[in-house]
Amino acid sequence: MSLKDKYAIMGVGYTPQGKLPDWTVRGLFLEASKNAIEDAGLTAKDIDGILVELCWTDPSTQCWSLQADLGIEHTGLCANYDSMGASGCAKVQLAAMAIDAGLCNAVLCAFVEKSATAPAVPYRASLGAGLAYGFFGAMPGISMAARAHMNKYGTTSRQLGEIAITQRRHACLNPIAQMRTPITIEDHQNSRMIAAPLHLLDCCLVSDGGRALVVTSAERAKSLRHPPVYIMGMGQGHVIIDLPERVDMLDTGAGRSGESAFRMAGITPKDVDVLGLYDATTYNVITQLEELGFCKRGEAGPFVEGGRLTIDGELPTNTSGGMLSEVYLQGWTGLIEVVRQLRGDCGERQVKDAEIALVTNQGGFIGFHSTLILRR
Amino acid sequence: MAQIQKPLPAITETTKPYWEAARRHELLLLKCVDCGHYRHPLAPGQSFMCPNCTSVKQPQWAKASGRGKIATWTVVHKVFHPAFADEAPYVVAIVQLEEGPRMIANVRGIKPEDIRADMEVEVFFEDLTEEITLPQFRPAGK
Repeated sequence: MSLKDKYAIMGVGYTPQGKLPDWTVRGLFLEASKNAIEDAGLTAKDIDGILVELCWTDPSTQCWSLQADLGIEHTGLCANYDSMGASGCAKVQLAAMAIDAGLCNAVLCAFVEKSATAPAVPYRASLGAGLAYGFFGAMPGISMAARAHMNKYGTTSRQLGEIAITQRRHACLNPIAQMRTPITIEDHQNSRMIAAPLHLLDCCLVSDGGRALVVTSAERAKSLRHPPVYIMGMGQGHVIIDLPERVDMLDTGAGRSGESAFRMAGITPKDVDVLGLYDATTYNVITQLEELGFCKRGEAGPFVEGGRLTIDGELPTNTSGGMLSEVYLQGWTGLIEVVRQLRGDCGERQVKDAEIALVTNQGGFIGFHSTLILRR
Repeated sequence: MAQIQKPLPAITETTKPYWEAARRHELLLLKCVDCGHYRHPLAPGQSFMCPNCTSVKQPQWAKASGRGKIATWTVVHKVFHPAFADEAPYVVAIVQLEEGPRMIANVRGIKPEDIRADMEVEVFFEDLTEEITLPQFRPAGK
């Protein structure tokens, strides 16, 4: 039987964010978790499921340490979960499944990023010899996918810039955003190259911070502090991790992920009022708009022009400023923002009458993908 | 001042013939003994099974023609590692080899802004250390 509308996201928890040299990863996990539980109108004793993503710069906080730190005597589900950048939405999905299976009643999902003031970690690359070729981290790989898109469809750097400008405009309305100075297309074009065709202003921020939320049954959610945000649809899609090995190098798994979510929710892209798209770079937004069916393949470049993605536009996207301009908390930046949009407590950046949201997480060199469709 | 070394690939039991061949300035691929499908020896997902016919028999080593086309590329400006400080901006490309597999390499001997999709390239070799020689690419016939 479908899980549609049977489970809900309740509390959301924040921590300070930005550069946090004085905070430990363990402290951030605890702070986000406490705040989410309190925001839900619950106490730690009510939590009987815990899902943690290990912080990649400091994996010392584990599901079991968080359970102990919160003083929770028994849980029916306690696990570390890793689908790379796709983990946030994926954890919410697993939480709903676990409650549906009868393992637990209220699941805490928690996340911490500590890359602004982290100790140095070893370089990571996808291919075995990639580092010797100067192929470091995520940006060169995403950049090669962006180049392939430009070659095939004529997408331009200025179109990518539209996304950066729009999200910065949103961040200016968000008091906790890291970047609150408006930018122009000239600023974008003149920002230094990181890995061409991607400029600095095409790339996400580097941040410290934590976020958490609680998933319960829809029935339970009705008696809690805030109006429930129901899970209408869920999906995932994962392709081969290394870009050269993918048959279609423009396939990020988002198509399959979105199809599952739309099928379960019984809606189409036209029904979505607010969008949270994983934005490691501006290009991630481009490919997802196409793969999820918000526009046709190859047409996202022109689609994002003319302010379509702004808060008062046709398809408000990444309304907090996203990872480009609010804060880099991987999929959690967008996930928590759309929950708050559906609650209607986004103040100046509130999307009017937002009823249905779609939010995505994307990781693993844009090859791992998860989607949630939520409604108020 | 001693030159800063690039991060070198680890030579494993399965990749040893690939790196030994590179030292001889040959590019080797793996060829399935059942269906003839080629794969790249460093492709992590393809070490144990042929992705075309699922054969798990030990594949043959086969010399590649060294010819290919540029599938896509990036020009890396940011210095992620000090060994690349003098090289940046440099080109990292995915090269589509004539035999089928794709591989990561630098493209040399051409201005980055002159590179085009599907441009024909050919392999050459850069000796980095006693043990490691990198297969690299440059415009064909240059």
